[in-house]
Amino acid sequence: MRTNTAGRWSARGSAILGIGIAAIITGGTARAAEISVHDLALIDRLTWGINGSSVAQFQKLGAARWVDQQLHPAADSALPQPVAAQIDAMPDAAGLTPAAINAFQAQGKDADQLTDPEARKTAKQAYQQALNDRAKQAASRSILRALYAPAQLRERMTWFWLNHFNVHQSKAELRLLVGDYEDRAIRAHALGKFGDLLRATLRHPAMLRYLDNAGNANGHLNENYAREIMELHTMGVGSGYTQADVEALAKILTGVGIDLKPEDPKLKPALAPQLVRDGAFEFNPARHDYSDKTFLGHTIRGSGFAEVDEALDLIVHNPATAQHVSRKLATYFVSDEPPQSLIDKMAKAFTASDGDIAQVLAAMIAAPEFDASLKTAERFKDPVGYVYSAVRLAYDDKVVLNTVPIQRWLGRLGEGLYQRQTPDGYPLTATAWNGPGQMMLRFEIARQIGSGSAGLFKPEQADAKDRPAFPLLQNALYFGGLSRTLSSTTRGALDQAISPQDWNTLFLSSPEFMVRQRAEAPHEPS
Amino acid sequence: MNRRDLLKAVAALAPAALTTTIAGRVWAAPATDAKLLVVFLRGAYDAANVLVPVSSSFYYESRPNLAIAKPDVGNPNSAVVLDADWGLHPALRDSLAPLWTNREIAFVPFAGTSDDTTRSHFETQDTIELGQSTKGSRDYRSGFMSRLAAELTRVKPIAFTEQLPLIFRGQAEIPNIALGNVGKPGVDDRQAELIKQMYAKTKLASAVAEGFRVRDEVVKSIADEMTEANRGAVSPRGFELSARRIGRLMREQFNLGFVDVGGWDTHVNQGAATGYLADRLGELGRALAGFREEIGPAAWRDSVVVVISEFGRTFRENGDRGTDHGHGSVYWVLGGGLNGGRIAGEQIKVAQPSLFENRDYPVLTDYRALFAGLVQRMYGLDAAALQRVFAGVRPADLGLV
Repeated sequence: MRTNTAGRWSARGSAILGIGIAAIITGGTARAAEISVHDLALIDRLTWGINGSSVAQFQKLGAARWVDQQLHPAADSALPQPVAAQIDAMPDAAGLTPAAINAFQAQGKDADQLTDPEARKTAKQAYQQALNDRAKQAASRSILRALYAPAQLRERMTWFWLNHFNVHQSKAELRLLVGDYEDRAIRAHALGKFGDLLRATLRHPAMLRYLDNAGNANGHLNENYAREIMELHTMGVGSGYTQADVEALAKILTGVGIDLKPEDPKLKPALAPQLVRDGAFEFNPARHDYSDKTFLGHTIRGSGFAEVDEALDLIVHNPATAQHVSRKLATYFVSDEPPQSLIDKMAKAFTASDGDIAQVLAAMIAAPEFDASLKTAERFKDPVGYVYSAVRLAYDDKVVLNTVPIQRWLGRLGEGLYQRQTPDGYPLTATAWNGPGQMMLRFEIARQIGSGSAGLFKPEQADAKDRPAFPLLQNALYFGGLSRTLSSTTRGALDQAISPQDWNTLFLSSPEFMVRQRAEAPHEPS
Repeated sequence: MNRRDLLKAVAALAPAALTTTIAGRVWAAPATDAKLLVVFLRGAYDAANVLVPVSSSFYYESRPNLAIAKPDVGNPNSAVVLDADWGLHPALRDSLAPLWTNREIAFVPFAGTSDDTTRSHFETQDTIELGQSTKGSRDYRSGFMSRLAAELTRVKPIAFTEQLPLIFRGQAEIPNIALGNVGKPGVDDRQAELIKQMYAKTKLASAVAEGFRVRDEVVKSIADEMTEANRGAVSPRGFELSARRIGRLMREQFNLGFVDVGGWDTHVNQGAATGYLADRLGELGRALAGFREEIGPAAWRDSVVVVISEFGRTFRENGDRGTDHGHGSVYWVLGGGLNGGRIAGEQIKVAQPSLFENRDYPVLTDYRALFAGLVQRMYGLDAAALQRVFAGVRPADLGLV
């Protein structure tokens, strides 16, 4: 069967390219042929998708060490050189300074002030284009890391937290900020302490702008951020806080904002020592409400930015936060309705470790409920999981040269990077993503990914040429493991494929590819 | 399957699609030709600036920067007069004021969730879409439009959304399709057939089969639009484009629809007669007028459009010339056969003592009572059926249909 299929296609001219790559991939992942379906499922559950390289890495280390490395990636867990080179070439790869943000804003203001309507229009378009380019670069960086970083679990967690602490690129100058937000506020803490992560998002201008705290000042309250911290980021709605708590936290957060000016704000001498600045972040004591507040049953004395730390400590150590965060993690990794016993184990680890995320995940992975879910439950892929896993499997470590097609697919599937308008983030459950409209789009995208290089190897430059590449899904990993996980119905349909392109389209459209790998061969209907 | 079998299978499917529902059941004749579209403004739009309480001095005191001026024929940025107490946001003057004159639109102020005061977008959107009592545990697999669909005959429901919304989750597989960017499909009929085969024995079988059927209908319907565009007609964009496509599809194919529009959460610089909110409203008004035009006079007479939002906003403006999360909202009801041109439902003087928790509009008409009253009249549902859609609810009869 295996030789027959390969033989049939090798006779076709269009497949010659594919065979060349097949030889390379087969050489690199010969050991994939020996992998068990259980190991496949474990790798697929914790990474952005199974491929030959991840299997090779897993087999080299063994399951225990591999999981440990995923939970605690070495500081020097480097990106492959061609990926690092693409990222290093991006103008804001090294970080965003207030001066750089200022320069952008000045460009926008200058454009507004032009008197000639035509010139103004051109300058405004150039400004918008520059902002769009920054958001596109941020998405590109995110995608390249997701596809190729050896520390795959950290990338999964980066997406998870970015979604948990969602911001939306279309607001104000957020297109400029989202990349820095992802890299320095989110990824840097993705497997660290939850409290540090929360504080990093609170101090980032992207969050302060998105949820309007930049305008929250004494006598001019804006409750938006205060409410969402408790409802979405920490304790969860219905966990016992009141409207009065929301207003108290909003008052505590007065003066927490953004300042891009190089010089400090003018302050009365008594207030000057209270000023806090860190890059574009600023706590301005002149804008702060210094009254005493009652928050979650505690009195918080008016004392400046220290109030924020005090309030966050109360929130982070509230048992509702451990439960809320653990439930969301378990939903993401395990099941739409994770067992309460599993959530309790994770919440216990959360509390015992002062919110150490790696330890919470370790508790999850070690739990029998997790192993049971590998065998029985089907974890339906969200669009990001679907697209990333398809590209990872189709090209393995052959690095794409253009992520724009991937960005477009994610947008069409309704899960574009930095494109969730509301602060709740994208839904994590299957029912949100398995409706008829979504399935139709997935089949269309399966066809695009399966039919050829789809623009992934054509660098985004004026006269760039498409580099030769063809998705190779019928690879060693397929024959050595994945084929055993397909139902006879799916195999029957695949047998009717009339070209490699057609086979790829059908494979990526199959019910088995819509879910993460199961640790058991399919149950065949009798 | 060989080619001949394949053709036979395709032929066998085609007529079946016309007579069975997505649940596979054959429907009886409809009670009426009624069509219902629910438009959800996600983000809690600032109702007090759409249906403007022009006779309330408290309104003008509470909104020094955001208030809409009292009706004034010389001022295009003033409210459009509706009656002595209420005016309409000027961004809706061209699109919706004519419907008011024709009695094809009514507003229901002080509407919303009487039992959900979380002021959380997500919680309250869920509450409304589920249409269940907030007491006791929720069933996230049972939205109220899905339950309504189950009570109706010859119903063809659809969500014009990217994801299947909670409101349509239920036992039957309701199709969803976002109409903003529909292109020519690349998956051909042979591939579609093989894909359906792969899913035949899975939970997603009906979703996939229904998806292909709806996809083909939408593409057929939009082909007309492409022809018009090729003749040089100006093509609308954004929500207006989607709404016009919805009108066309509901004229010919579907009779129970849902669509949502985001972007209504205005904590900062929401603007007054002009600005951010006014732009959103202008587009929404053009969209609703476009829907009416596309669905055509005959179907419009049998259609009801209900525009809702999760809650209203704080009555007083905040420190950022915006508004924060509030409670009561204003719902809109439109339709060709409507008894409209009036402000419907229980009302209260707009003044400080009337505010809920001294910050926002109270809820005097519960969303479930409102919908129960509407669908009871539209579809002639009996009390038992109504209880299956909205358990424990007494329908509010506002006499709109």
